[in-house]
Amino acid sequence: MRILKLIYKNTLRHKLRSSLTILGIAIAVIAFGLLRTVVTAWSVGVEAAAADRLITRHSVSFIFPLPYSYKEKIERIPGVAEVSFSNWFGGVYKDKNNFFARMAVADNIFDAYPEYEVPKDQLDVYNKERNSCVVGKDIASKYNFKLGDIITMEGDIYPGQWDFVVRGIYQPKYKTTDGTQMFFHWEYLNERMTKEMPGRANDVGWYIIKIKDPSQSATISEKVDALFKNSTAETKTETERAFNQGFLASTGAIITAMNVMSFMIIGIIMLVLGNTMIMASRERTREYAVFKTLGFSGKHMIGLILGESMFIACLGSFAGLLLVFPIVGSFEKFIPKTFFPVFYIEPITLILAVSAALFIGIAASIFPIQRVLNTKIVEGFRFVG
Amino acid sequence: MSEIIEVQNVSKSYWRDSLEISVLHNISLKVNEGEFLALMGPSGSGKTTLLNLIAGIDRPTKGKLIVAGTDIAALGESALAKWRAASVGFVFQFYNLIPVLTAFENVELPLLLTKLSKAERRKHVEDTLEIVGLGDRIHHYPKQLSGGQEQRVAIARAIVTDPVLLVADEPTGDLDRASAEEILTLMERLNKEFKKTIMMVTHDPHAAQRARIIRHLEKGDLTEGVEYENIKANI
Repeated sequence: MRILKLIYKNTLRHKLRSSLTILGIAIAVIAFGLLRTVVTAWSVGVEAAAADRLITRHSVSFIFPLPYSYKEKIERIPGVAEVSFSNWFGGVYKDKNNFFARMAVADNIFDAYPEYEVPKDQLDVYNKERNSCVVGKDIASKYNFKLGDIITMEGDIYPGQWDFVVRGIYQPKYKTTDGTQMFFHWEYLNERMTKEMPGRANDVGWYIIKIKDPSQSATISEKVDALFKNSTAETKTETERAFNQGFLASTGAIITAMNVMSFMIIGIIMLVLGNTMIMASRERTREYAVFKTLGFSGKHMIGLILGESMFIACLGSFAGLLLVFPIVGSFEKFIPKTFFPVFYIEPITLILAVSAALFIGIAASIFPIQRVLNTKIVEGFRFVG
Repeated sequence: MSEIIEVQNVSKSYWRDSLEISVLHNISLKVNEGEFLALMGPSGSGKTTLLNLIAGIDRPTKGKLIVAGTDIAALGESALAKWRAASVGFVFQFYNLIPVLTAFENVELPLLLTKLSKAERRKHVEDTLEIVGLGDRIHHYPKQLSGGQEQRVAIARAIVTDPVLLVADEPTGDLDRASAEEILTLMERLNKEFKKTIMMVTHDPHAAQRARIIRHLEKGDLTEGVEYENIKANI
C-alpha cells in the first residue's frame, strides 16, 4: 500500500511535467481513436458485406449497364437463391450539395438486403405504387422526409424531372448498415426510358445474387461469368466484400497512410512518456540508491518505475477515452452524413487504444528500469543529476 | 566481547577507463560488538569506501569481510540486500530522506520489507521517532524540518529495524555546530543505552572525540587503533 502511495506521490512530484505527459497521452488516444474511426467508416461497406451475396457487374466497369435479360439466366444457375438488381440513378435534389445515394431497384431488393428494415405496412404500399420510394432514416431525418411527401429530383444521368412519393422509411438493422440511401422501383425508371430513350431501356447497373451456400461463391461466380462470355456485355462476378473493396482500392493509399499515422502517434507518445520516465529516474538516482541500501530489491525498483509509468499511461488513456466519445460525436455532426454514413467508435478501437496505452506504459519504463538496475549503489550516491 | 566486524586483508580498486585506481590496500580490522569507532582520514584516503564495504553496499576486490557473523563478500545481490535490511542501519551526510514521504513514512520504509503488521509498524516507527526526539514531527515532510531534524529522521530510519550495526558517513558534515552536537549525543546514547555498534566516518576531530576508538586511514592504509583517552591527551 505504501509503495502504491509512493508511486502516486512520485507521479505528482513534477505536477506540470506529469500533467503535460498525461495530456499528451490523452491527445494521442483521441487522435488514434478518431483516425481509426475514420478508417472504419471508410471501409464500413466492406465490413457490412454479406457472405451470401455476390455482385455481378459489367466486366469493364460497373458504370456500364448489363441487360435485364440476364436476370432469368442467372436465376437458373444451381445454388442461386435469389437475384435482385440495382441501378445508380444519380439526380439532384434541390441542390447539388444534397448528395445521397439514389437507386432504381428490383422489387425484391429488400429480400436481398434484409438489413434495410422496412415496416411491412409501408412496404406493401411501396410495392403497389410505381413512383414510390423508400428512404433511409438518416436522410429522412436530415431532409425532414415524411411518409406521403413528394421528392422532386432533377435527373442528370437520366434527364428530366422525377417525382417520388415517400412510402417507406427503412431502419438500418446493424450499426454498420448505411441509413442514407433512397430506393425506388426500377420499373418506374425503365418505363420512362422505354418511352424517352429506348436505347437505354432494359438496362440494370449490377445484379445482386443471393446464394444458398457461401462456400460455393467462387464456383457460382465462375458459372455466371461463363454464361455471358463472348457476349456484348461480359460480366465480372465477385463477392459483395470484394466488390465493395474495389471501391476502396482507389483510396487504399490514404487508408494505409491513416493507419500508419495512427500507429506513429502511439510511437511518438511512447517517446514522450519514455523521456518523462528517464528524466524522473535520473533525478531520483540517489533515492533509488537509498532504497537499495535499505534492502529494497530490483523487483521493488521495477515496481516503482513501472508503476509510475503505467499510472501516467492509464490516467492519460482514461482521459483520452473519456474525451474521444464527445469529440467523435462532434466530428460526426460536422461531416455530412452521406460522406460517412456510418461513423462510430468500434469496440476494437477502444481495445487497441487502451492496449497501446498499456504498452506505452511498459515500453517507456524499460530504459529507466535498466538504468536503475545497472547502477551500483555507490555510483548512485555519487551521481550528480 | 565478541567481534562484530572482521575485515581480513581487504583491498579495493576501481577502474577508470584503463587505469586501475587502488583505494584500499590489504586492510585488516576487527571491531567488537557494542563498540563506537570513528574512522578518520583525509579526503581520498578510502574511509567511505571501507565503510561501504563493511555495510555491504560495495564489494571488495580482494579479501574477506565477516560482518555480524556473515561472510558478506560471498553473498549474491539478493541475499546481500536482505542482509543489509536485517543487519545494518545507514546514516548519510546529506540525510537522503525521500522528499515526498513524511518523517513517519521515511522511517517506516525499511519495515515494509519485514512481516510486521501495519499496527506493529506504526508502533515501531512512533517509538523510534520518540527516541530521536521527533515524536511531534511525524507528519512533517523533510523540507519542513531543519537539517538536524532531518538527520535525526535518518537515524530513526537506520535503527527502526534494530540492526546490530549502525554505519554513519560524515553524519554531522552538513550540520551547524549545535545540530552536530545533538546528533553526536544521540549516537552516543544509541551506543551506550541501546548497545548499538557504531562505525562512523568523519573529518571532524570533535565528532571523533565522541567515539571510543579512533582509526586513521592514510592513502588506503589503516593505522593502529587509538583509544579516545590517548587522543584527548594529545590535543
